[in-house]
Amino acid sequence: MEKHDYYHEHSHSYGIYILVWLALMALTAITVAVAGMDIGKFTVATALIIASFKAYLVLTIFMHLRSETKTFLIFVIVALLFLGISFVLLFSDYSFQ
Amino acid sequence: MSTNESTLVEHVHRDDVGSRMGMWLFLFTELLLFGGMFLLYSVYKFQYPDEFFLAAKELNTIMGAFNTAVLLTSSLTMALSIVAIQRNQKVLSMLLQMVTIFLALFFLVNKYFEWSAKFSHGIYPGSEELLSKSSGEILFFGLYYVMTGLHGIHVLVGIFLIAVMTRMTRMGKITHDNYVRLENTGLYWHLVDIIWIFLFPLFYLIT
Repeated sequence: MEKHDYYHEHSHSYGIYILVWLALMALTAITVAVAGMDIGKFTVATALIIASFKAYLVLTIFMHLRSETKTFLIFVIVALLFLGISFVLLFSDYSFQ
Repeated sequence: MSTNESTLVEHVHRDDVGSRMGMWLFLFTELLLFGGMFLLYSVYKFQYPDEFFLAAKELNTIMGAFNTAVLLTSSLTMALSIVAIQRNQKVLSMLLQMVTIFLALFFLVNKYFEWSAKFSHGIYPGSEELLSKSSGEILFFGLYYVMTGLHGIHVLVGIFLIAVMTRMTRMGKITHDNYVRLENTGLYWHLVDIIWIFLFPLFYLIT
């Protein structure tokens, strides 16, 4: 009798993690290379987009969000949303002072 | 048969989904802790763009990128150690956990050399050298020391936690059908990794 279904939803495979690790290393190399170029105002934006994509990979694969129930995903989205709201509110206040 | 009895006992005492949910809730508080600092960073970056640009040049990008690679690799070995325990490969799992600890220590040693280099150039909180700079640069280095310092403390805590997990694995408290504690430690470790993923570009790559 299997009581803990969760443990059998996972593929238990090493491959996907190594693949994601390679992607993360490549993205790190790309972000350093891009920072070396002179693209002026877009430097920070590009770096943050690449960092967000790296964080997305870590959240979904390394932290198993992809294989958890939807509840976990909703929780994480709400938490990030509130952090986002703090940024938006702060800057909407700060930029117009 | 005694199987019924043992599954009953397991059911009374175990709720792995709830356990992971609890860990995620804790991670959200960590998100807000660091999130507040990122807020502070973004406001000052907005206020002093040129000074931040200048100050970031003082940091060693190669060293930062190298440390990023070290931490990403430690996240990989942590994730793999969970796969190993799922496959009932106890020794391999312990080995991977120890590699994670080694990489985490390596990260901190690099950080030590990085900070020492800054200190020897007279750049540390409250130093004459630093106070003679513009206020934007002072703020940049203040944030640099506080944020990488707090992150470093998290790495230290992670090392301790993983060490406890390795001991538990050795003692048979973490097994192929009961490894939620190792998973939760992994969740914490990956969050520490994510924070560094954002710290690295914001301090080293804005030149």
